[in-house]
Amino acid sequence: MVRCGDPDLPNSMSASTPFVLLANATSIDWADVPARPVVELVRVTGEELTRGARLCALFGVPSGPDTRLVTVLAFDADNTLAVASSTAFNGSYPSLTATHPQAHLFERELWEQHGVTPTGHPWLKPVRKSSGTAPAHGEFFRVDGREVHEVAVGPVHAGIIEPGHFRFQCAGEEVLHLEIALGYQHRGVEEALYGGPHRATMSQIETVAGDTTIAHATAYATTLESLSGTEAPLRAQWLRAIALELERLANHTGDMGALANDVAFLPTSSACGKIRGDFLNLTALICGNRFGRGLVRPGGARHDLEPERLKQLSTRLDTALADTERAVAWFWDAASVRARLENIGTVFAAQASEIGLVGPAARACGLVRDVRYDHPAGWHRFAQAPVAVWPGGDVFARARVRSLEIQRSGDYLRDQLAHPAEGELFGELPPVAPDRLAVTLVEGWRGEVCHVGLTDGDGRFRRYKIVDPSFHNWTGLALALRGAAISDFPICNKSFNLSYCGFDL
Amino acid sequence: MFVLDTIVHRLKRGCETMAYPDGPAPALPDRHGGALRLDPSRCTEGCDRCVPVCPTQAIARPNGQPVALDLGRCLFCAACVEVCPEKAIIQTGDPRMAVSRREDLVLGAPAHEQVRLADALDAKLRKLFGRSLRLRQVSAGGCNACEADTNVLGTIGWDLGRFGIQFVASPRHADGLLVTGPVTKNMELALKKTYDAVPSPKIVIAVGACAIAGGPFIGHEQINQGANAILPVDLFIPGCPPHPLTILDGLLRLLGRLEGKPSNRAEGG
Repeated sequence: MVRCGDPDLPNSMSASTPFVLLANATSIDWADVPARPVVELVRVTGEELTRGARLCALFGVPSGPDTRLVTVLAFDADNTLAVASSTAFNGSYPSLTATHPQAHLFERELWEQHGVTPTGHPWLKPVRKSSGTAPAHGEFFRVDGREVHEVAVGPVHAGIIEPGHFRFQCAGEEVLHLEIALGYQHRGVEEALYGGPHRATMSQIETVAGDTTIAHATAYATTLESLSGTEAPLRAQWLRAIALELERLANHTGDMGALANDVAFLPTSSACGKIRGDFLNLTALICGNRFGRGLVRPGGARHDLEPERLKQLSTRLDTALADTERAVAWFWDAASVRARLENIGTVFAAQASEIGLVGPAARACGLVRDVRYDHPAGWHRFAQAPVAVWPGGDVFARARVRSLEIQRSGDYLRDQLAHPAEGELFGELPPVAPDRLAVTLVEGWRGEVCHVGLTDGDGRFRRYKIVDPSFHNWTGLALALRGAAISDFPICNKSFNLSYCGFDL
Repeated sequence: MFVLDTIVHRLKRGCETMAYPDGPAPALPDRHGGALRLDPSRCTEGCDRCVPVCPTQAIARPNGQPVALDLGRCLFCAACVEVCPEKAIIQTGDPRMAVSRREDLVLGAPAHEQVRLADALDAKLRKLFGRSLRLRQVSAGGCNACEADTNVLGTIGWDLGRFGIQFVASPRHADGLLVTGPVTKNMELALKKTYDAVPSPKIVIAVGACAIAGGPFIGHEQINQGANAILPVDLFIPGCPPHPLTILDGLLRLLGRLEGKPSNRAEGG
C-alpha cells in the first residue's frame, strides 16, 4: 500500500483511483486530493461505504461562491484513512443518505452551512441553525392515530445537564419514534476557525466538549503538528495518552454511578460520584485543572509528570481503581440491577453499522471499532489496551463495555506509568505548511474524535472540521428508544451520555 | 451479597463528607493557582507582554494607563503569569473569587489588586433563602465542565444538601437560577422563559467564564456574551470551570453562611 502521507513517494494514485490514502495523524498536499464531479464523488463514496468503509467526515470547503465536498473514510481493517473531494459546484447533488444513512446528519449540515441541497435526502432540516432566539428545527416527524400522543421534553431539562429537545411519539407507554432536535448549544466554533488559528482557538478546542478536553486538544495539537511536518516529543505523547485514559476513567466511572442512580441503586451511585472526582483530581494533579485544560499544546505538553508527582499519581490511581472495582462489583452482583438493564434500549449490530456508531456504543453492539487499535497514532503506536466489546446492543451491554474499559484503562495506565518515556516535553513547531490537509482521529471516551485541518496558501485554516463522536451517536439513542417504554428513556440516555455542545459546536 | 458488602464498606469508610466550612477546606492541587493578583506598580514602563498571550483579551494596557486584568474573562491558563518578567501578575492559590458586582472582578486600579469578594444578600433575602435555597440550573451553551463541577457538589464528599441548598427540576419550585455557558442565541428564549417562571424574589448566579463574559467564545455573534446581557446577575463565580470549592464558597458567601467560619481566612493559602 502506498503511504501517501510520505512526501518522498510520487502520488500516482490520485490520478487513477478515487481516493488518496493516508494514515491517521498524517498530512497530504491538498493538490494531491483527487477532485471529481460531485455526482461521481457521491457514487464512489457510496461504493466504498457498501464495501465496509466508515464515514468519518463529510464537509464542504468554500471555493469562491461555490463549494467543494470532502469525504474522509476509514478502512478500519486496513488501518487506513482515505480522502477524496468534489470539484467546486453549487445547487444540488444526489443525496448519499438515500443509500447510506450514516451520511444523514453530514448532509443536513452541508445544506445548512453551504447551501447545497442533497436531492433525495429523506429528512432535510436544520441541524443547529439559529432562528432569532431559538434553533430552527422545522417539522417533526408525527405519528397519527387516536391512541397516539406526543411528548415534548426540553430544551431545559430537569437535572444539571445541557439543553436539547426530545420529541416522542407514543402509543401509551410505548415509544414509536423519538426525534432529537439540537442546536441550543451552538457557539460558532467552526465558523471562528476560518482563517485560524487565532488567539482563542486552543481554548475553544478545549471547550468543544468540556468533558472531552484531552481528546479534542490532542486531536487539534496532532493536526497542527502533522500540518507542520513534525510530531510532539515522545514524552509529550506519553503524557497525552495518560491524560486521555484518566479522562475516560472519570467519565465511565461517573456514568456507572449515574446509571446506578437511574435504577435507584444508591450504593454504586454515591460511591462512583465521589470516585469520579478522584479521577478528575488526578488530572488536576498533572496540570492543575480537573478537566485537563492547559495541558496539551501543539508541539508538546505544558506540564511534566516529575518522578515525585508520578509516584503520587500512581498511588492515588491504585486507590481510586480499587474503589471503582468494588463499587462496580456491587452493581453487577445485584440481580435486580442486571434485570433492569437487560433487553432495554437495544440497537442491533446491523443498525449500528448502518448509522455509523462509534465508541463504546458501537462496541456494545459487538462492533470491533476503536481508533486506539484500528488507527494507532501518537503513543498508541507503542502501547495499546485490548478493545472492549460486548454483544447485545442494550443498556446492559453498554454498561458492560464501560466496566470493561474501566479495567483496561486502569491496567494500561499502570503499565504506562511504570515505564515513562524520557526526553523533552516540548519540541520545536515549524510553521504550518500551506495548502495541506491533515486528518487526526483520537478515541475519546465517547468514541472517535475526528479533526480535519486544511490550510490555505498562507498556512491559515481554509477549513477546520470537527466531528465529535456524539455527531454519529445521537441517532443511536433515537433508535434505542424505538419500541421501548418512555420510562426507559433516562437509562437509555445515560448509557450513551452524549455531548450536546460537541454536537452543536 | 452486595447488601452485606456495602454495609461493611460504609462502616469502614465512615462519613466521607468533608469538614469544610467548619473545618479546613480540601487541599487544592498545587498547580491550580487559584485567583490571580495584579500589582500594576511592579510593571515596567511600556511593557505589555501579558496582553497578547491572553486568549480572551482579559488584559489591557491602554497607552499611559496602568494594566487592567478582568478575572471575569479569565480562563486561568496562567499564560500571563508565565510571561510577566516582574511578577506583577501572580497566582495566589486562593480558591475564593466569587463577587457580587461585575466590576469587582476587574483588577489593576489602586487598592484593587485582588477581587472584592461577594457580600451576603440583604437581611430580607437572607431570611428567605439563608437556610433553604432552591436553584434551577440552566446550561446555556456550557461545555459541560461547569455543569459537571456544579453537579459534583451534590456528591457525598461535598453534600450540598447539608446547607439547605438544592437543585430542583422545575423553575416554579426554585428561588433562583444558576446559569452556565455564554448564553447562546439559541438558548436566549429558553433562559428568559425559565427566569420568568421563577417566582419573585429571585436571584441569578453566573458560574464560569462563559456565563460571566462569553469565555473562550467572547465576541462570537452566536452568543450573548454572558448571562448578564440577559438577566440581572447577583453572583459571579469565575473559572474555566471554577473549582467546586470556588462554587461552594460563592454560594455560602452569598447566603452569609461563612461568617465567623475558620475556613474563611483573610489570606488565601
